Amino acid sequence: MSCSKTWRHIWTVTKRELTGYFASPVAYVFIVIFLLMNGFFTFMLGGFFERGEASLTSFFMWHPWLYLFLVPAAGMRLWSEERRLGTMELLLTMPITPWQAIVGKFVACWLFLLLALVLTCPLVFTVMYLGSPDKGAILSGYFGSFLLAGGYLAIASMTSAMTRNQVISFILSVVICFFLILCGWEPVTRLLVNWAPEWLVRAVASFSVMTHYLSMQRGVIDSRDLIYFASLIGFPLFCTGVILRGLRS
Amino acid sequence: MITVNNLVKLFGTKRAVDGVSFTVERGEVLGFLGPNGAGKSTTMRMITGFIPPSAGTVSVGGHDVQEDPIAAKKLIGYLPENAPAYTDMTVFSFLHFAAELRGLRGDEKKNAVNRVVEMCFLGGVLHQSVETLSKGYRHRTCFAQSIIHNPDVLVLDEPTDGLDPNQKHEVRQIIKRMGEKKAIIFSTHILEEVEAACSRAIIIDRGKIVANGTPGDLKAMSEWAGAVSLRVRGASPAVVRAKLSDMGGAKKASADEEGAAVRARVYPSKPGNRDLARAVAELAARENWKVEELHVEEGRLDEVFRNITLPDTVKEAKS
Repeated sequence: MSCSKTWRHIWTVTKRELTGYFASPVAYVFIVIFLLMNGFFTFMLGGFFERGEASLTSFFMWHPWLYLFLVPAAGMRLWSEERRLGTMELLLTMPITPWQAIVGKFVACWLFLLLALVLTCPLVFTVMYLGSPDKGAILSGYFGSFLLAGGYLAIASMTSAMTRNQVISFILSVVICFFLILCGWEPVTRLLVNWAPEWLVRAVASFSVMTHYLSMQRGVIDSRDLIYFASLIGFPLFCTGVILRGLRS
Repeated sequence: MITVNNLVKLFGTKRAVDGVSFTVERGEVLGFLGPNGAGKSTTMRMITGFIPPSAGTVSVGGHDVQEDPIAAKKLIGYLPENAPAYTDMTVFSFLHFAAELRGLRGDEKKNAVNRVVEMCFLGGVLHQSVETLSKGYRHRTCFAQSIIHNPDVLVLDEPTDGLDPNQKHEVRQIIKRMGEKKAIIFSTHILEEVEAACSRAIIIDRGKIVANGTPGDLKAMSEWAGAVSLRVRGASPAVVRAKLSDMGGAKKASADEEGAAVRARVYPSKPGNRDLARAVAELAARENWKVEELHVEEGRLDEVFRNITLPDTVKEAKS
Protein backbone atom coordinates (compact mmCIF):
# COMPACT_ATOMS: atom_id res chain seq x y z
CA MET A 1 0.00 0.00 0.00
CA SER A 2 1.25 3.40 -0.86
CA CYS A 3 2.58 5.69 1.79
CA SER A 4 0.12 8.49 1.15
CA LYS A 5 -2.80 6.09 1.53
CA THR A 6 -1.45 4.91 4.87
CA TRP A 7 -1.26 8.44 6.16
CA ARG A 8 -4.67 9.25 4.78
CA HIS A 9 -6.17 6.38 6.78
CA ILE A 10 -4.30 7.44 9.88
CA TRP A 11 -5.47 11.01 9.43
CA THR A 12 -9.09 9.88 8.98
CA VAL A 13 -8.94 8.03 12.28
CA THR A 14 -7.19 10.97 13.93
CA LYS A 15 -9.77 13.42 12.68
CA ARG A 16 -12.63 11.31 13.95
CA GLU A 17 -11.05 10.96 17.36
CA LEU A 18 -10.39 14.68 17.63
CA THR A 19 -13.93 15.67 16.65
CA GLY A 20 -15.08 13.17 19.26
CA TYR A 21 -13.16 15.04 21.97
CA PHE A 22 -14.61 18.39 21.07
CA ALA A 23 -18.14 17.10 20.61
CA SER A 24 -18.29 16.39 24.33
CA PRO A 25 -17.34 18.63 27.26
CA VAL A 26 -14.37 16.35 28.02
CA ALA A 27 -11.93 18.41 25.95
CA TYR A 28 -12.92 21.75 27.45
CA VAL A 29 -12.91 20.48 31.02
CA PHE A 30 -9.52 18.93 30.44
CA ILE A 31 -7.96 22.05 28.99
CA VAL A 32 -9.33 24.32 31.71
CA ILE A 33 -8.14 22.01 34.47
CA PHE A 34 -4.76 21.63 32.80
CA LEU A 35 -4.26 25.39 32.59
CA LEU A 36 -5.50 26.05 36.12
CA MET A 37 -3.25 23.37 37.59
CA ASN A 38 -0.31 24.64 35.58
CA GLY A 39 -0.88 28.13 36.92
CA PHE A 40 -1.20 26.91 40.46
CA PHE A 41 1.96 24.80 40.32
CA THR A 42 4.02 27.41 38.54
CA PHE A 43 3.13 30.42 40.66
CA MET A 44 2.21 29.01 44.06
CA LEU A 45 4.43 25.95 44.41
CA GLY A 46 7.15 26.69 41.90
CA GLY A 47 7.72 30.26 43.12
CA PHE A 48 7.79 31.74 39.64
CA PHE A 49 8.40 35.31 40.89
CA GLU A 50 10.44 34.50 43.96
CA ARG A 51 13.09 32.84 41.82
CA GLY A 52 14.01 36.18 40.39
CA GLU A 53 15.06 34.68 37.07
CA ALA A 54 13.53 34.83 33.63
CA SER A 55 12.99 31.14 33.00
CA LEU A 56 10.21 28.61 32.84
CA THR A 57 11.89 26.14 35.20
CA SER A 58 9.14 26.52 37.75
CA PHE A 59 6.64 25.76 35.00
CA PHE A 60 8.27 22.70 33.44
CA MET A 61 9.45 21.08 36.66
CA TRP A 62 5.92 20.06 37.60
CA HIS A 63 4.93 18.53 34.30
CA PRO A 64 5.96 14.94 35.09
CA TRP A 65 3.65 15.09 38.10
CA LEU A 66 0.85 16.95 36.42
CA TYR A 67 0.88 14.59 33.45
CA LEU A 68 0.94 11.64 35.81
CA PHE A 69 -2.80 12.13 36.33
CA LEU A 70 -3.94 14.19 33.39
CA VAL A 71 -2.46 12.15 30.55
CA PRO A 72 -3.88 8.81 31.71
CA ALA A 73 -7.21 10.63 32.15
CA ALA A 74 -7.07 11.79 28.55
CA GLY A 75 -5.88 8.45 27.19
CA MET A 76 -7.89 5.98 29.26
CA ARG A 77 -10.76 5.92 26.80
CA LEU A 78 -8.67 5.39 23.66
CA TRP A 79 -9.37 1.69 23.31
CA SER A 80 -11.52 0.79 26.29
CA GLU A 81 -14.30 2.94 24.89
CA GLU A 82 -14.00 1.20 21.52
CA ARG A 83 -14.27 -2.12 23.26
CA ARG A 84 -17.22 -1.05 25.39
CA LEU A 85 -19.20 0.35 22.46
CA GLY A 86 -18.25 -2.51 20.15
CA THR A 87 -16.99 -0.02 17.58
CA MET A 88 -13.64 -1.80 17.66
CA GLU A 89 -15.25 -4.48 15.51
CA LEU A 90 -16.35 -1.81 13.08
CA LEU A 91 -12.99 -0.06 12.99
CA LEU A 92 -10.89 -3.18 12.59
CA THR A 93 -13.04 -4.65 9.81
CA MET A 94 -12.54 -1.49 7.76
CA PRO A 95 -9.88 -1.76 5.05
CA ILE A 96 -7.16 -0.36 7.30
CA THR A 97 -4.46 -2.12 9.26
CA PRO A 98 -4.65 -2.23 13.07
CA TRP A 99 -1.45 -0.15 13.14
CA GLN A 100 -3.09 2.66 11.28
CA ALA A 101 -5.92 2.65 13.81
CA ILE A 102 -3.55 2.55 16.78
CA VAL A 103 -1.32 5.32 15.48
CA GLY A 104 -4.29 7.40 14.34
CA LYS A 105 -5.93 7.33 17.73
CA PHE A 106 -2.64 7.98 19.52
CA VAL A 107 -1.80 10.94 17.31
CA ALA A 108 -5.25 12.45 17.89
CA CYS A 109 -4.84 12.38 21.64
CA TRP A 110 -1.25 13.62 21.38
CA LEU A 111 -2.29 16.56 19.23
CA PHE A 112 -4.96 17.33 21.78
CA LEU A 113 -2.35 17.39 24.54
CA LEU A 114 -0.18 19.57 22.32
CA LEU A 115 -3.04 22.03 22.01
CA ALA A 116 -3.37 22.17 25.80
CA LEU A 117 0.37 22.75 26.03
CA VAL A 118 0.36 25.47 23.39
CA LEU A 119 -2.36 27.28 25.31
CA THR A 120 0.15 27.88 28.12
CA CYS A 121 1.97 30.34 25.82
CA PRO A 122 0.91 33.45 27.84
CA LEU A 123 3.50 32.25 30.33
CA VAL A 124 6.17 32.54 27.65
CA PHE A 125 5.09 36.07 26.85
CA THR A 126 5.23 36.86 30.57
CA VAL A 127 8.85 35.80 30.97
CA MET A 128 9.80 37.53 27.74
CA TYR A 129 8.20 40.69 29.06
CA LEU A 130 9.85 40.44 32.44
CA GLY A 131 13.34 39.62 31.27
CA SER A 132 15.32 37.99 28.53
CA PRO A 133 15.01 34.23 28.92
CA ASP A 134 17.00 31.62 27.02
CA LYS A 135 14.65 30.99 24.10
CA GLY A 136 16.38 27.75 23.16
CA ALA A 137 15.79 26.35 26.64
CA ILE A 138 12.12 27.28 26.46
CA LEU A 139 11.72 25.60 23.08
CA SER A 140 13.52 22.45 24.08
CA GLY A 141 11.59 22.52 27.36
CA TYR A 142 8.31 22.51 25.47
CA PHE A 143 9.60 19.83 23.15
CA GLY A 144 10.64 17.66 26.11
CA SER A 145 7.29 18.20 27.77
CA PHE A 146 5.52 17.20 24.57
CA LEU A 147 7.60 14.03 24.29
CA LEU A 148 6.94 13.23 27.94
CA ALA A 149 3.20 13.55 27.35
CA GLY A 150 3.56 11.24 24.34
CA GLY A 151 5.36 8.63 26.43
CA TYR A 152 2.70 8.65 29.13
CA LEU A 153 0.00 8.61 26.49
CA ALA A 154 1.43 5.55 24.76
CA ILE A 155 1.32 3.78 28.12
CA ALA A 156 -2.29 4.88 28.61
CA SER A 157 -3.08 3.55 25.13
CA MET A 158 -1.63 0.19 26.11
CA THR A 159 -3.53 -0.07 29.40
CA SER A 160 -6.77 1.03 27.78
CA ALA A 161 -6.46 -1.81 25.28
CA MET A 162 -6.20 -4.24 28.20
CA THR A 163 -9.64 -3.56 29.64
CA ARG A 164 -13.03 -2.18 28.74
CA ASN A 165 -13.16 -0.53 32.15
CA GLN A 166 -11.78 2.99 31.99
CA VAL A 167 -11.13 3.20 35.74
CA ILE A 168 -8.88 0.16 35.66
CA SER A 169 -7.14 1.51 32.59
CA PHE A 170 -6.54 4.84 34.36
CA ILE A 171 -5.14 3.29 37.53
CA LEU A 172 -2.84 0.92 35.65
CA SER A 173 -1.32 3.66 33.57
CA VAL A 174 -0.88 5.97 36.58
CA VAL A 175 1.00 3.21 38.37
CA ILE A 176 3.27 2.52 35.41
CA CYS A 177 3.98 6.20 34.85
CA PHE A 178 4.60 6.67 38.55
CA PHE A 179 7.16 3.91 38.43
CA LEU A 180 8.85 5.57 35.48
CA ILE A 181 9.17 8.78 37.48
CA LEU A 182 10.45 7.13 40.62
CA CYS A 183 12.79 4.51 39.27
CA GLY A 184 15.71 6.92 38.95
CA TRP A 185 15.11 8.45 42.34
CA GLU A 186 17.73 7.67 44.98
CA PRO A 187 15.52 6.08 47.68
CA VAL A 188 14.29 3.65 45.05
CA THR A 189 17.69 2.81 43.64
CA ARG A 190 18.94 2.36 47.21
CA LEU A 191 16.36 -0.40 47.58
CA LEU A 192 18.13 -2.26 44.79
CA VAL A 193 21.72 -1.37 45.54
CA ASN A 194 21.95 -3.73 48.50
CA TRP A 195 21.27 -6.91 46.59
CA ALA A 196 21.14 -6.29 42.85
CA PRO A 197 24.21 -6.17 40.62
CA GLU A 198 25.26 -2.71 39.64
CA TRP A 199 24.31 -3.04 35.98
CA LEU A 200 20.74 -3.83 36.99
CA VAL A 201 20.57 -0.80 39.25
CA ARG A 202 21.84 1.36 36.45
CA ALA A 203 19.47 -0.22 33.96
CA VAL A 204 16.46 0.44 36.19
CA ALA A 205 17.62 3.97 36.87
CA SER A 206 18.00 4.64 33.16
CA PHE A 207 14.32 3.87 32.66
CA SER A 208 13.51 6.98 34.60
CA VAL A 209 11.84 9.73 32.63
CA MET A 210 13.25 12.33 35.00
CA THR A 211 16.87 12.29 33.89
CA HIS A 212 15.92 12.52 30.23
CA TYR A 213 13.26 15.11 30.86
CA LEU A 214 15.48 17.33 33.01
CA SER A 215 18.30 17.39 30.52
CA MET A 216 15.90 18.72 27.91
CA GLN A 217 14.74 21.40 30.34
CA ARG A 218 18.29 22.64 30.49
CA GLY A 219 18.13 23.20 26.77
CA VAL A 220 20.12 20.14 25.77
CA ILE A 221 18.63 17.89 23.11
CA ASP A 222 20.71 14.76 23.25
CA SER A 223 20.19 11.91 20.81
CA ARG A 224 20.08 9.49 23.76
CA ASP A 225 17.10 11.37 25.18
CA LEU A 226 15.38 11.34 21.81
CA ILE A 227 15.94 7.60 21.48
CA TYR A 228 14.65 7.13 25.00
CA PHE A 229 11.41 9.00 24.31
CA ALA A 230 10.98 7.34 20.91
CA SER A 231 11.14 3.94 22.55
CA LEU A 232 8.95 5.12 25.42
CA ILE A 233 6.31 5.87 22.80
CA GLY A 234 7.05 3.03 20.39
CA PHE A 235 7.17 0.10 22.76
CA PRO A 236 3.79 0.62 24.48
CA LEU A 237 2.17 1.25 21.10
CA PHE A 238 3.65 -2.01 19.87
CA CYS A 239 2.21 -3.68 23.00
CA THR A 240 -1.17 -2.11 22.21
CA GLY A 241 -1.08 -3.88 18.86
CA VAL A 242 -0.15 -7.19 20.46
CA ILE A 243 -2.92 -6.86 23.03
CA LEU A 244 -5.52 -6.01 20.41
CA ARG A 245 -4.47 -8.98 18.33
CA GLY A 246 -4.67 -11.18 21.41
CA LEU A 247 -8.19 -9.96 22.12
CA ARG A 248 -9.38 -10.97 18.72
CA SER A 249 -8.04 -14.51 18.65
CA MET B 1 -17.77 -14.38 -4.07
CA ILE B 2 -17.45 -15.89 -0.60
CA THR B 3 -15.81 -19.25 -0.12
CA VAL B 4 -15.61 -20.66 3.37
CA ASN B 5 -13.57 -23.79 3.63
CA ASN B 6 -13.54 -26.05 6.66
CA LEU B 7 -13.59 -23.18 9.11
CA VAL B 8 -12.77 -23.98 12.74
CA LYS B 9 -12.67 -21.68 15.74
CA LEU B 10 -11.60 -22.85 19.17
CA PHE B 11 -12.27 -20.84 22.30
CA GLY B 12 -10.17 -22.69 24.84
CA THR B 13 -11.31 -26.27 24.34
CA LYS B 14 -14.75 -25.30 23.08
CA ARG B 15 -15.23 -25.68 19.35
CA ALA B 16 -17.36 -22.64 18.64
CA VAL B 17 -17.22 -23.26 14.91
CA ASP B 18 -16.43 -26.77 13.81
CA GLY B 19 -15.63 -27.44 10.18
CA VAL B 20 -18.02 -25.08 8.42
CA SER B 21 -17.82 -24.92 4.61
CA PHE B 22 -20.07 -23.12 2.16
CA THR B 23 -19.98 -20.72 -0.78
CA VAL B 24 -22.09 -17.72 -1.65
CA GLU B 25 -22.23 -16.47 -5.22
CA ARG B 26 -23.16 -13.06 -6.54
CA GLY B 27 -26.94 -12.78 -6.72
CA GLU B 28 -27.46 -15.01 -3.73
CA VAL B 29 -28.86 -14.08 -0.33
CA LEU B 30 -27.82 -16.63 2.25
CA GLY B 31 -29.79 -16.81 5.49
CA PHE B 32 -27.76 -17.94 8.44
CA LEU B 33 -29.95 -19.61 11.03
CA GLY B 34 -29.24 -21.21 14.34
CA PRO B 35 -29.97 -21.04 18.05
CA ASN B 36 -28.09 -18.56 20.24
CA GLY B 37 -24.46 -19.54 20.68
CA ALA B 38 -24.49 -21.81 17.64
CA GLY B 39 -21.50 -20.01 16.11
CA LYS B 40 -23.22 -17.64 13.68
CA SER B 41 -21.54 -14.45 14.86
CA THR B 42 -18.17 -16.16 15.23
CA THR B 43 -18.35 -17.39 11.64
CA MET B 44 -19.26 -13.92 10.42
CA ARG B 45 -16.44 -12.36 12.37
CA MET B 46 -14.01 -14.72 10.69
CA ILE B 47 -15.41 -13.91 7.26
CA THR B 48 -14.96 -10.19 7.87
CA GLY B 49 -11.45 -10.71 9.22
CA PHE B 50 -12.19 -9.47 12.72
CA ILE B 51 -10.98 -12.69 14.33
CA PRO B 52 -8.59 -15.18 12.79
CA PRO B 53 -9.78 -18.76 12.32
CA SER B 54 -8.10 -21.58 14.27
CA ALA B 55 -8.13 -23.62 11.06
CA GLY B 56 -9.60 -23.39 7.58
CA THR B 57 -9.73 -20.52 5.13
CA VAL B 58 -12.09 -17.79 4.03
CA SER B 59 -11.75 -16.08 0.70
CA VAL B 60 -13.77 -13.12 -0.46
CA GLY B 61 -13.71 -12.19 -4.12
CA GLY B 62 -10.65 -14.42 -4.56
CA HIS B 63 -8.69 -12.73 -1.75
CA ASP B 64 -7.80 -14.82 1.27
CA VAL B 65 -8.97 -12.90 4.33
CA GLN B 66 -5.89 -13.90 6.34
CA GLU B 67 -3.29 -13.44 3.60
CA ASP B 68 -4.61 -10.26 2.05
CA PRO B 69 -7.02 -8.74 4.56
CA ILE B 70 -7.10 -5.23 3.13
CA ALA B 71 -8.14 -6.36 -0.36
CA ALA B 72 -10.80 -8.66 1.09
CA LYS B 73 -12.14 -6.07 3.53
CA LYS B 74 -12.51 -3.54 0.73
CA LEU B 75 -15.13 -5.78 -0.88
CA ILE B 76 -17.08 -6.36 2.31
CA GLY B 77 -19.71 -4.27 4.00
CA TYR B 78 -20.27 -5.41 7.57
CA LEU B 79 -23.01 -4.80 10.08
CA PRO B 80 -21.78 -6.25 13.38
CA GLU B 81 -24.12 -7.63 16.01
CA ASN B 82 -25.90 -4.93 18.05
CA ALA B 83 -25.01 -2.33 15.40
CA PRO B 84 -22.22 -0.42 17.16
CA ALA B 85 -21.64 3.24 16.28
CA TYR B 86 -19.59 6.06 17.79
CA THR B 87 -21.98 7.72 20.22
CA ASP B 88 -20.10 11.01 20.28
CA MET B 89 -20.63 11.63 16.56
CA THR B 90 -23.58 12.85 14.54
CA VAL B 91 -25.06 10.51 11.96
CA PHE B 92 -23.68 12.78 9.26
CA SER B 93 -20.09 12.76 10.52
CA PHE B 94 -20.24 9.04 11.27
CA LEU B 95 -21.22 8.27 7.69
CA HIS B 96 -18.54 10.61 6.38
CA PHE B 97 -15.99 8.87 8.55
CA ALA B 98 -17.03 5.46 7.19
CA ALA B 99 -16.92 6.77 3.62
CA GLU B 100 -13.42 8.18 4.10
CA LEU B 101 -12.11 4.94 5.55
CA ARG B 102 -13.57 3.25 2.48
CA GLY B 103 -11.42 5.53 0.38
CA LEU B 104 -14.20 7.77 -0.95
CA ARG B 105 -13.32 11.42 -1.48
CA GLY B 106 -14.95 14.65 -2.56
CA ASP B 107 -18.13 14.36 -4.63
CA GLU B 108 -17.97 10.59 -4.57
CA LYS B 109 -18.16 10.71 -0.80
CA LYS B 110 -20.96 13.24 -0.78
CA ASN B 111 -23.01 11.20 -3.22
CA ALA B 112 -22.41 7.97 -1.31
CA VAL B 113 -23.57 9.56 1.95
CA ASN B 114 -26.64 11.05 0.28
CA ARG B 115 -27.49 7.73 -1.29
CA VAL B 116 -27.43 5.72 1.96
CA VAL B 117 -29.19 8.48 3.90
CA GLU B 118 -32.04 8.27 1.43
CA MET B 119 -32.02 4.50 1.31
CA CYS B 120 -32.10 4.08 5.09
CA PHE B 121 -34.44 7.04 5.78
CA LEU B 122 -31.92 8.88 7.94
CA GLY B 123 -32.67 12.35 6.62
CA GLY B 124 -34.60 13.39 9.72
CA VAL B 125 -31.82 12.57 12.16
CA LEU B 126 -28.81 13.46 10.06
CA HIS B 127 -27.42 16.07 12.42
CA GLN B 128 -28.42 14.35 15.61
CA SER B 129 -25.81 12.73 17.81
CA VAL B 130 -25.82 8.93 17.62
CA GLU B 131 -26.16 8.82 21.41
CA THR B 132 -29.64 10.35 21.26
CA LEU B 133 -30.98 8.03 18.55
CA SER B 134 -33.59 5.37 19.18
CA LYS B 135 -32.51 1.80 18.66
CA GLY B 136 -34.09 1.55 15.24
CA TYR B 137 -32.32 4.64 13.95
CA ARG B 138 -29.01 3.59 15.43
CA HIS B 139 -29.39 0.25 13.74
CA ARG B 140 -30.13 1.85 10.41
CA THR B 141 -27.18 4.20 10.83
CA CYS B 142 -24.85 1.25 11.22
CA PHE B 143 -26.53 -0.50 8.33
CA ALA B 144 -26.04 2.61 6.18
CA GLN B 145 -22.35 2.52 7.06
CA SER B 146 -22.11 -1.05 5.77
CA ILE B 147 -23.47 -0.23 2.31
CA ILE B 148 -21.83 3.16 1.87
CA HIS B 149 -19.20 1.91 -0.58
CA ASN B 150 -21.71 -0.20 -2.50
CA PRO B 151 -19.83 -3.40 -1.64
CA ASP B 152 -19.98 -6.63 -3.60
CA VAL B 153 -20.29 -8.63 -0.40
CA LEU B 154 -22.52 -7.83 2.54
CA VAL B 155 -22.25 -9.55 5.89
CA LEU B 156 -25.11 -8.61 8.19
CA ASP B 157 -25.34 -9.93 11.72
CA GLU B 158 -29.00 -9.78 12.72
CA PRO B 159 -29.87 -6.79 10.55
CA THR B 160 -33.49 -6.62 11.74
CA ASP B 161 -32.85 -7.06 15.44
CA GLY B 162 -34.65 -4.42 17.49
CA LEU B 163 -36.56 -2.89 14.60
CA ASP B 164 -40.31 -2.40 14.53
CA PRO B 165 -42.36 -4.46 12.03
CA ASN B 166 -42.38 -1.70 9.41
CA GLN B 167 -38.64 -1.19 9.62
CA LYS B 168 -38.10 -4.94 9.53
CA HIS B 169 -40.11 -5.12 6.34
CA GLU B 170 -38.15 -2.24 4.86
CA VAL B 171 -34.76 -3.76 5.68
CA ARG B 172 -35.84 -7.10 4.21
CA GLN B 173 -36.88 -5.37 1.03
CA ILE B 174 -33.52 -3.60 0.82
CA ILE B 175 -31.67 -6.86 1.37
CA LYS B 176 -33.72 -8.65 -1.23
CA ARG B 177 -33.26 -5.86 -3.76
CA MET B 178 -29.51 -5.63 -3.21
CA GLY B 179 -29.21 -9.42 -3.27
CA GLU B 180 -29.79 -9.38 -7.00
CA LYS B 181 -26.35 -7.88 -7.60
CA LYS B 182 -24.38 -8.78 -4.50
CA ALA B 183 -23.45 -11.76 -2.39
CA ILE B 184 -25.18 -11.36 0.95
CA ILE B 185 -24.99 -13.34 4.17
CA PHE B 186 -27.29 -12.42 7.00
CA SER B 187 -28.04 -14.10 10.28
CA THR B 188 -31.39 -14.06 11.97
CA HIS B 189 -33.61 -15.74 14.51
CA ILE B 190 -36.73 -14.91 12.60
CA LEU B 191 -37.77 -17.71 10.30
CA GLU B 192 -40.23 -15.73 8.18
CA GLU B 193 -37.33 -13.52 7.29
CA VAL B 194 -35.61 -16.43 5.62
CA GLU B 195 -38.66 -17.08 3.48
CA ALA B 196 -39.09 -13.40 2.74
CA ALA B 197 -35.56 -12.52 1.71
CA CYS B 198 -33.27 -15.52 1.22
CA SER B 199 -32.50 -17.55 -1.83
CA ARG B 200 -30.75 -20.12 0.33
CA ALA B 201 -30.51 -20.91 4.03
CA ILE B 202 -28.01 -22.65 6.26
CA ILE B 203 -28.89 -23.90 9.69
CA ILE B 204 -25.97 -24.11 12.04
CA ASP B 205 -26.01 -25.81 15.41
CA ARG B 206 -23.20 -26.20 17.92
CA GLY B 207 -20.68 -25.06 15.35
CA LYS B 208 -21.73 -27.43 12.57
CA ILE B 209 -23.89 -26.98 9.51
CA VAL B 210 -26.94 -29.20 9.96
CA ALA B 211 -28.97 -28.12 6.94
CA ASN B 212 -28.23 -26.26 3.72
CA GLY B 213 -30.74 -25.56 0.96
CA THR B 214 -33.39 -23.24 -0.42
CA PRO B 215 -36.15 -22.30 1.99
CA GLY B 216 -38.36 -24.68 -0.02
CA ASP B 217 -35.90 -27.57 0.43
CA LEU B 218 -35.77 -26.96 4.15
CA LYS B 219 -39.51 -26.82 4.45
CA ALA B 220 -39.79 -30.11 2.58
CA MET B 221 -37.85 -31.69 5.44
CA SER B 222 -40.82 -30.98 7.65
CA GLU B 223 -43.10 -33.79 8.75
CA TRP B 224 -45.95 -31.58 7.59
CA ALA B 225 -44.65 -31.17 4.08
CA GLY B 226 -47.13 -32.60 1.58
CA ALA B 227 -49.81 -33.23 4.22
CA VAL B 228 -53.36 -32.46 3.15
CA SER B 229 -55.47 -30.31 5.45
CA LEU B 230 -59.19 -30.16 5.07
CA ARG B 231 -62.31 -28.94 6.82
CA VAL B 232 -65.51 -30.85 6.17
CA ARG B 233 -69.07 -31.12 7.42
CA GLY B 234 -71.37 -34.10 7.38
CA ALA B 235 -69.38 -36.70 9.39
CA SER B 236 -68.06 -37.26 12.89
CA PRO B 237 -64.35 -36.83 13.60
CA ALA B 238 -63.95 -40.53 14.35
CA VAL B 239 -65.38 -41.54 10.99
CA VAL B 240 -63.31 -39.00 9.09
CA ARG B 241 -60.15 -40.11 10.87
CA ALA B 242 -60.81 -43.79 10.16
CA LYS B 243 -61.62 -43.23 6.47
CA LEU B 244 -58.60 -41.04 5.90
CA SER B 245 -56.18 -43.40 7.66
CA ASP B 246 -57.31 -46.29 5.52
CA MET B 247 -56.63 -44.41 2.30
CA GLY B 248 -53.80 -45.64 0.08
CA GLY B 249 -50.73 -43.43 0.32
CA ALA B 250 -51.61 -42.08 3.75
CA LYS B 251 -49.33 -42.68 6.71
CA LYS B 252 -51.63 -41.38 9.41
CA ALA B 253 -54.46 -38.95 9.85
CA SER B 254 -55.87 -36.74 12.53
CA ALA B 255 -59.34 -35.23 12.86
CA ASP B 256 -60.86 -32.99 15.48
CA GLU B 257 -64.04 -31.03 15.90
CA GLU B 258 -63.83 -27.39 14.91
CA GLY B 259 -67.15 -25.75 15.68
CA ALA B 260 -69.79 -27.64 13.74
CA ALA B 261 -67.23 -28.93 11.23
CA VAL B 262 -64.31 -31.35 11.38
CA ARG B 263 -60.72 -30.28 10.88
CA ALA B 264 -58.60 -33.14 9.54
CA ARG B 265 -55.10 -33.67 8.29
CA VAL B 266 -53.58 -36.60 6.35
CA TYR B 267 -49.84 -37.19 6.27
CA PRO B 268 -48.41 -38.89 3.17
CA SER B 269 -46.57 -42.19 3.58
CA LYS B 270 -43.79 -40.94 1.31
CA PRO B 271 -42.81 -37.30 0.77
CA GLY B 272 -43.72 -35.53 -2.44
CA ASN B 273 -46.89 -37.54 -3.03
CA ARG B 274 -48.88 -35.08 -5.12
CA ASP B 275 -51.74 -37.52 -5.70
CA LEU B 276 -52.79 -37.45 -2.07
CA ALA B 277 -54.86 -34.27 -2.40
CA ARG B 278 -56.77 -35.70 -5.36
CA ALA B 279 -57.40 -38.95 -3.52
CA VAL B 280 -58.71 -37.04 -0.52
CA ALA B 281 -61.04 -34.99 -2.72
CA GLU B 282 -62.40 -38.13 -4.36
CA LEU B 283 -62.90 -39.80 -0.99
CA ALA B 284 -64.83 -36.77 0.28
CA ALA B 285 -67.04 -36.83 -2.82
CA ARG B 286 -67.78 -40.55 -2.35
CA GLU B 287 -68.63 -40.11 1.32
CA ASN B 288 -70.75 -37.01 0.64
CA TRP B 289 -68.69 -34.81 2.97
CA LYS B 290 -69.20 -31.11 2.42
CA VAL B 291 -65.69 -29.79 1.86
CA GLU B 292 -65.19 -26.22 3.09
CA GLU B 293 -61.44 -26.09 2.74
CA LEU B 294 -58.73 -28.29 1.27
CA HIS B 295 -55.08 -27.53 0.76
CA VAL B 296 -51.62 -29.10 0.69
CA GLU B 297 -49.28 -28.05 3.51
CA GLU B 298 -45.87 -26.75 2.47
CA GLY B 299 -44.16 -27.70 5.65
CA ARG B 300 -43.11 -25.36 8.36
CA LEU B 301 -39.66 -23.92 8.80
CA ASP B 302 -39.96 -23.46 12.54
CA GLU B 303 -40.76 -27.14 12.96
CA VAL B 304 -37.75 -28.15 10.85
CA PHE B 305 -35.60 -25.74 12.81
CA ARG B 306 -36.74 -27.16 16.14
CA ASN B 307 -36.28 -30.72 15.00
CA ILE B 308 -32.70 -30.31 13.90
CA THR B 309 -31.40 -27.90 16.49
CA LEU B 310 -32.98 -29.20 19.69
CA PRO B 311 -30.37 -31.07 21.71
CA ASP B 312 -30.86 -34.85 21.49
CA THR B 313 -31.52 -35.10 25.20
CA VAL B 314 -34.52 -32.78 24.95
CA LYS B 315 -35.86 -34.69 21.94
CA GLU B 316 -35.57 -38.00 23.76
CA ALA B 317 -37.24 -36.62 26.85
CA LYS B 318 -40.15 -35.44 24.74
CA SER B 319 -40.77 -38.61 22.81
